[in-house]
Amino acid sequence: MRSSIKGLLFAGLLGAASLGLAVPAAAGPTLDAIKARGVIKVGVGTAPGFFSPDSNGRWQGFFVDIGRALAIAVFNDPEKVQFVSASPQQRLPALQSGEFDILLSAVTQTAVRSSKLGFHFGPVVFYDGQGLLVPKKLGVNKGSELNGATVCVQTGTTGELNIADFFRQNKATFKPVVIEETAEFRKAFTSGRCDVLTQDASDLAIARTQLPSPNDYVLLPERISKEPLAPAIRYGDDQWLEIVNWVVYATIQAEEFGITQANADEFLKSDNPSIRRFLGVDPVIGEAFKLDPKVFHTIVKTLGNYGEIFERHIGKATPVGFERGYNQPWTKGGLLYSPPFR
Amino acid sequence: MRAIVTNGARAAAAWWGDHAAAQLGLLAGTVLLFAVLGANTLENMERFGIRPGFEFLHRAANFEIGESLVAYTAGDTYGRALLVGLLNTVKVAVLGCVLATALGLALGIARLSGNLLLSGIVQVYVELIRSTPLLLQLFFWSATLHALPGPRQAFQPVAGVFLCNRGVFLPALRFDPLGWDIPQLAGFNFTGGATLTPEFAALLIGLAVNAAAGIAEIVRSGVQSVPAGQWEAARALGLPRRRILRLVVLPQALRVIVPLLTSSWLSLTKNSSLAVAIGFPDLVSVINTSANQTGQALETMAILAAAYLTLSLAVSVAMNAWNRRLARRGWP
Repeated sequence: MRSSIKGLLFAGLLGAASLGLAVPAAAGPTLDAIKARGVIKVGVGTAPGFFSPDSNGRWQGFFVDIGRALAIAVFNDPEKVQFVSASPQQRLPALQSGEFDILLSAVTQTAVRSSKLGFHFGPVVFYDGQGLLVPKKLGVNKGSELNGATVCVQTGTTGELNIADFFRQNKATFKPVVIEETAEFRKAFTSGRCDVLTQDASDLAIARTQLPSPNDYVLLPERISKEPLAPAIRYGDDQWLEIVNWVVYATIQAEEFGITQANADEFLKSDNPSIRRFLGVDPVIGEAFKLDPKVFHTIVKTLGNYGEIFERHIGKATPVGFERGYNQPWTKGGLLYSPPFR
Repeated sequence: MRAIVTNGARAAAAWWGDHAAAQLGLLAGTVLLFAVLGANTLENMERFGIRPGFEFLHRAANFEIGESLVAYTAGDTYGRALLVGLLNTVKVAVLGCVLATALGLALGIARLSGNLLLSGIVQVYVELIRSTPLLLQLFFWSATLHALPGPRQAFQPVAGVFLCNRGVFLPALRFDPLGWDIPQLAGFNFTGGATLTPEFAALLIGLAVNAAAGIAEIVRSGVQSVPAGQWEAARALGLPRRRILRLVVLPQALRVIVPLLTSSWLSLTKNSSLAVAIGFPDLVSVINTSANQTGQALETMAILAAAYLTLSLAVSVAMNAWNRRLARRGWP
């Protein structure tokens, strides 16, 4: 009798797990599901500047605006998007099981995620690298001086592997303290349980501003990994992937053209055929995507170009205060490069 | 011949009940349902490009684990990483059960004491612990241990023993050459000696303190379940209080206590999975990381379920055997 109960439990477990996976198969391609639902479901994280609800409960941030741009592309309405916060540990399985249509939670694009784990990535929206935050009183100037240190790492990120690789390369040892929950993770660092907090440098810069006394901590200069942060979607919907791709490219292209929120309407009168195609005066591109021909004009007019979105949420004038760094158009020496809109 | 047939029919009826056809239909339906779900899962995994199977256990796991009973470094296999996690879970569960039982026994007896202050204090303890979530208690212990001073300002209650926010450092016996291995402050931290990390200590204290509240109540109810007449009869025979407890009351109380104690131990073992919240690398924590790095979510969940099921069933079997002996003989 007992063994049959055990068997039933096991079968129940498998069944419950397969139910979780059965949903997307029935839902069909993502774009159809989005249109039927009338709203895009976007998975985000919690980091002011990138994504956080404001005092009115409205989501704000760099990645949030990319989500709104997608809502404009699909529904011509920046509000037809629903943001759901997910921990780094839950976000990829949740995307895989169809809880989100897209993940805009600062996910690093990697080979295994794009192949074995079954995710497509859109264009890189933020070039980042894993950094090391240490208390100033430790007197450490570079990562190679950290032999024997205790390091707080958040589970579910590429950080766990990078930090192990970094210490192995330096023939040094460390003690990891792996914590899932963001608040507990930071508390462990501020209480002195760890010597080092490691995460993407952008997250660390944001985290530092939220620590009780930010000036007691310093972000070490080196980046121990490449962290290209990109939108992630499930396999199985090429059309949705292309909309994501070209919405991101549009914000980058608009900055390259010099089209801003303020002057978008003036550019409608431009004689430049590239700009006319881009803004939909010549409707060829919108028609090709089966979208409103003026879609990229609406996006720039509503949210601004890449540079404006960047400066508004995470630029020098904000508490986060990032330099543009690699996140500049290629014409200014950065890595942002959009394929041509033709 | 007839007797065999009737016996056979009776045995079949015990399995299938009065409505054999309906039972069979239900069984077939259930099997079919799970077959469809299983096929769907496999199809979806195929679609996502995930190869089902346990091959990943032989692959290199490139993450570090904070503490381990067996040698492990980044680059060892996932199988070994999971073993490290399982041993950490077993370590905290076994030590937690021992501590919780000792503490619970003491508290349960204190609760029965004629001293109202002592009994009242225990009651307050039990109510406080039982009415707050375990996760909150774990956060409390974790924060308390993290509030200790840093390694360079470590407390030294006894020579060679250091207490700081990196854990408790104790001298360890060394065999070659024989002597004591005293912890030394070197660079960022202490080296040498034996270490009890704050995460492990917080989890152990949290689980033991939590389960002890339940065990105290179990012990109290067990002792109180023995009729007063038993005490009186033993006293009439001239037995002293200690012998009454040992020879008359506890043997009968244990029949009530042991089955309940089993479920307390099982809960403690399963509750140890909250370790992930405070950063102790137990099986759940290692499974989480492995699932995240390999994408084999179903397989790792199956391993997790199988591991807890095995641990729990092993505890159940052992405790049930002991309980049967107890019921027959009356004394362990």
